[in-house]
Amino acid sequence: MSPPLEKAAKCEVSFIVNGEAKKVLAHPMERLLDVLRNDLGLTGAKEGCGEGECGSCSVLLDGMLVNSCLIPVAQANGASIVTIEGMSAHDLMKPLQEAFLECGGAQCGICTPGMILAAVHLLEKKPEPALADIQEGLAGNLCRCTGYMQIFEAVTRAARQRAAQ
Amino acid sequence: MRADPAEYRLVSPGNLQAALSLLAGEPAQWLPIAGGTDVMVLYSAGKLSNRNLINIWNIPELRQIEVSSDAISIGAACTYTALRQHEIVSREFPLLATAASWTGGIANQNRGTLGGNIANASPAADSLPALLVYDAELTLISARGERRVAYRNFHTSYKQTVLAADELILDISLPRRFSGYISHARKVGARNAQAISKVCLAALGQISHGTIREVRLAVGSIAPVPLRLNETERLLTGKRIEPALVGAARTIVSMEIRPIDDIRSTARYRSVVAGNLVAEFLEKLAAEGADA
Repeated sequence: MSPPLEKAAKCEVSFIVNGEAKKVLAHPMERLLDVLRNDLGLTGAKEGCGEGECGSCSVLLDGMLVNSCLIPVAQANGASIVTIEGMSAHDLMKPLQEAFLECGGAQCGICTPGMILAAVHLLEKKPEPALADIQEGLAGNLCRCTGYMQIFEAVTRAARQRAAQ
Repeated sequence: MRADPAEYRLVSPGNLQAALSLLAGEPAQWLPIAGGTDVMVLYSAGKLSNRNLINIWNIPELRQIEVSSDAISIGAACTYTALRQHEIVSREFPLLATAASWTGGIANQNRGTLGGNIANASPAADSLPALLVYDAELTLISARGERRVAYRNFHTSYKQTVLAADELILDISLPRRFSGYISHARKVGARNAQAISKVCLAALGQISHGTIREVRLAVGSIAPVPLRLNETERLLTGKRIEPALVGAARTIVSMEIRPIDDIRSTARYRSVVAGNLVAEFLEKLAAEGADA
């Protein structure tokens, strides 16, 4: 038998969130998603499946696309995190927003923050992606409204838009 | 019921020796967590019985890929993204690079690790058949020392492995002698992207003047552990690829795989599809080896 559980102590976690240094006091196994939403009030990342299948909780962690529902907050200590709220100044944001609007790439909006971040992660690596690249880059982000074609088209259009600038 | 974070400890020793000391002290207490793509799913569902976790994500010794003249050694906490981006892995171990590209979406490839896939020991893990055909060898490390284990001896039964409670997988070593082989990787699942396999095949072969010189076949998702198809390989070696041989191979495959029924598929379906995948590989081998 294991000894009776002592409640674990909270620990201080420091990270950069959307360019600002933040400190939170949290249990180390709290999910980064919950800390972002509940402690920092950043509700752009959504909880969909809670098991890393749907991508609606996507954020960038040290520049890498991750599912924030699968990150214990202690593993984000010292990291730089970008959520959809921190994307407004990014040069891809305007073309992506416009293309999602024009193509009908967003309906209910739950998947959209994750879709945009996955698209940014892709376009930063591949500025001129083929359709197969877009399909692969967004494969971890589920959308139950659009049927995906509008989203793929929006990403293609945003990439062209930026290339033309 | 969702887990209460207050009931879990997560410590970050930050280097290998400190992690091994913790494990040596109370081996049964600790569950290592790297990218979290398996552990956090259990945790969130309230199904993680282990309350003490040890963070091995940020341990530099587990993140290196070292290449020597005769082998590549992959740190256990290297991610699928790191594998896909590595030049030697892509060029000489395409079955592993392909399996890495199948594993989840990009976000999970950025976190999921090869060592985690091995230690988690899911029979449906896509990278494991590739490790079998490439003759992978694992280095296991504990405060007691290091030992090398052939990957084919690592899984003992469903989700059971030879890893001791105080051990970590340090690295996965692959001999660099398969780059001349014709390779074939195929996964069959409910959809192409991000679906867990019903059947997957990793295959290597060499053919000259129409005769199979060597063939190496392994399947995943079929049996309680990833399976090397030894009987089928024996049947095929030294033979010419003809319709009768392909038919015989299908029969042997279905006999030796002992397929399982589970939530993703039936034994009968798996048996037929595994035979089809081997037949498809033989066609590819025959076509590419026609002028060799």
